[in-house]
Amino acid sequence: MRLVRLWPENSHFDFMRFRRFSFPLSALISILTGLMLLTIGLNFGIDFKGGTLMELQAKSGRADVASIRQTSERFGFGDVEVQEFGSAGEVSLRFPIQPGGEAGQTAVVQKARDTFGAAYEFRRVETVGPRVSGELVQSGTIGVVLSVIAVLFYLWFRFERELAIASIIGTLHDIVLTIGFFVITRHEFNMTSIAAILTIVGYSLNETVVVFDRTRELMRRYKTMPTEELLNLSINHTMSRTVMTAATTALSLLALVLFGGQAIQGFAQVMLYGVVICTYSAICISTPMLIYIGLRNSEAVKVPETRAAAAE
Amino acid sequence: MLRFSTSKTITTVAIVLIGLLLAVPSMMSREQRLAFQNAIPGWVPSWLVPTRAIVLGLDLQGGSHVLLEVDVPDLMRAQTTTLRDDIRRILRDNRVSPQGGIQVTQRGAQIRVAEAADRERILPKLRELSQPIGNALIGQTGNRDIQITETPDGLITLAYTDAGVTEKVRRAVDQAIEVVRRRIDVTGTTEPSIQRQGADRILVQVPGLQDPQRLKELLGRTAKLEFRLIGQQGAADVDMLPSKDAGGERVPVERRVIAEGGELIDAQPAFDGRTNEPIVNFRFNIRGAQRFGQATTENVGRQLAIVLDNEVVSAPTIQTPITGGSGQISGRFTVQQVTDLSVLLRAGALPAKLTIVEERTVGPGLGRDSIEAGKMATYVAGIFVVIFMFATYGLFGLFANIALLVHVGLIFGLMSVLEATLTLPGIAGIVLTIGTAVDSNVLIYERIREEVKAGRSIVSGIQAGFERAFATIVDSNSTMAIAAVILFFLGSGPVRGFAVVFILGILTTVITAVTLTRMMIAIWYHWMRPKVLPF
Repeated sequence: MRLVRLWPENSHFDFMRFRRFSFPLSALISILTGLMLLTIGLNFGIDFKGGTLMELQAKSGRADVASIRQTSERFGFGDVEVQEFGSAGEVSLRFPIQPGGEAGQTAVVQKARDTFGAAYEFRRVETVGPRVSGELVQSGTIGVVLSVIAVLFYLWFRFERELAIASIIGTLHDIVLTIGFFVITRHEFNMTSIAAILTIVGYSLNETVVVFDRTRELMRRYKTMPTEELLNLSINHTMSRTVMTAATTALSLLALVLFGGQAIQGFAQVMLYGVVICTYSAICISTPMLIYIGLRNSEAVKVPETRAAAAE
Repeated sequence: MLRFSTSKTITTVAIVLIGLLLAVPSMMSREQRLAFQNAIPGWVPSWLVPTRAIVLGLDLQGGSHVLLEVDVPDLMRAQTTTLRDDIRRILRDNRVSPQGGIQVTQRGAQIRVAEAADRERILPKLRELSQPIGNALIGQTGNRDIQITETPDGLITLAYTDAGVTEKVRRAVDQAIEVVRRRIDVTGTTEPSIQRQGADRILVQVPGLQDPQRLKELLGRTAKLEFRLIGQQGAADVDMLPSKDAGGERVPVERRVIAEGGELIDAQPAFDGRTNEPIVNFRFNIRGAQRFGQATTENVGRQLAIVLDNEVVSAPTIQTPITGGSGQISGRFTVQQVTDLSVLLRAGALPAKLTIVEERTVGPGLGRDSIEAGKMATYVAGIFVVIFMFATYGLFGLFANIALLVHVGLIFGLMSVLEATLTLPGIAGIVLTIGTAVDSNVLIYERIREEVKAGRSIVSGIQAGFERAFATIVDSNSTMAIAAVILFFLGSGPVRGFAVVFILGILTTVITAVTLTRMMIAIWYHWMRPKVLPF
């Protein structure tokens, strides 16, 4: 049987050359993301913005979106977003947060149930009051910040300073580009999105760590090899693994996107994008970054070298 | 030599089998599980039989999640009212009349007593109102719940301290949980979960509940019932309360409470014999009956005020003394209202208003669809990855695939033992770990290939592959673990379900991808004695 090989054996590809494109490209995208975040902003879900979300399914199998929109706009609960999704007459309604504090939110659900209850099944109703949404924003932000700090600590213990800096830049790059994805696609940004971002942080780090583990090993073996060549070698050595893991992860995520159902699709799409971005950034951002940060002329590297020399 | 000792083999196989066995109850329905437990012969010790099963989250089985918050200002209003009544009693007992009466503030009450001698008499009594904070568990903290200050010009201030407020809120939540439980029990819903969350919140989760409207109605009311008397307009100690009879117009009601809901021992919905109007019949306990009997005897001809949540629901005239200890509440109710009201009265009043701060309800249809979609995605992802691994690594891919199946089985086994909750994001987590679990195998196999290519023999290549890849496997799994652990502590509900699966997945890959695969490869090598790598 002939086995599949996604990446050729004994590759000697010059990955470092990519940095001439990848650095300006990523910088540009990051800046654009920042600008878009300030101008367009994220499409916050009710977790963070508060309000009421309802998912209705027409009992007849066909939803009359126009009439739902018209009727619900006349409720007087502010701008309502009505969207059709799925195939079986499913509609989602999103009402903004109502004045009158926490108690003000209940009226929306009651009114909608009274009005649409006869023709539609209420598949999901979620109401988040202003206080809870405020707390969720807080814990979401803390989550992302904390994960970056935890990652910093981990890298600080595990790696030399240069490698740690390069991989944290890669991780930040991936967070920024993921947020950019949310801004452009208008995907709802909610607590699940935070879960996606944290998982991407984990995956991103995973990718760089595998390459840098190899870099460190090669550094000890080839003490005089120029940095650029050494980094190219690290990536070429780990490339078949990188491609395999990216492929299996992407395949499972693809299964989720295709069959996981509406509620989980958004998460899976972001993660799928994340896998691509993390793989790209490990090869084209974090690793070539070491050329500029400098690998050889630091003490952190010299210490293990001398120790290795003494051992021999 | 590529060795895997017999004892190690036995241990590994045992761990895998036990892990998989633990997952068995979760694969059965509730009925099957009960039948299975009954079918086990009696001589088998109960700890040997796996009975624990994964709990499905509300997003998968359908149901309602309602987060309630104790309304602290409302609670403090009730507290300061009680404080005012206590102060009034002390003043009356000591025949002291303050200038301008008792002023109720947000955090307490104030009185102005000009005479120093009067102050000296009542201050020790007032100090008795202040209780030390603490309980048998944490011991005395040295703090008191009320701080009493006086100024030289005779102003005495009683104010709840921050610790006092916290303590009151804590007790209110405890009481409210009991009341909420009793109220929900009446609705006959199955297995509601009622938990304290944070300092001032209660999380109510009711599986299978489709429309939480009735639940919200039952929980949204304080149900504080008081029997008072209608007083004189403009008198000193009356409250102006809205009256249901008079169409919301305010009527003067004496502040003195004759009897209250806490003194009821029963309340039942009924119909009035004459008007056929829905009413609530109630019965007092002995103390309540005595007080109510005495008050009605003294006040024949006056109007009684039945006050529910600060609204006068009806104000009947006392025709004859009511000494039997029972009575009825009418007030133009519907049948549903009297049913609810009697439930509320039997369950007791909430210490303060509860506000719904978050509500999430998933219908059973959506839950079922989510499970189906999740299963489908898991199978498809599994098939994709299994085919892909086999196509790339051949026999070794098969080993990885066996390890992968065991890995998923072990996640279920661990979740069953922990009785963890499986949520929709949790299913996504399982699918995702199917993709990432093989990463460890890939790291090992690629390394073996490299080592053999560099000139090592198969045995030493395999051995070096496992050893050298191990450090990287630990590294890459710890990075994933960092994110997952943070997510576990920050997320709630569904998102936490994702974190649980992910953390368990990381733990089990190390067993399956490293130990189990190594065992399979070692056994294979000893049987086949291959000369070349099969991939």
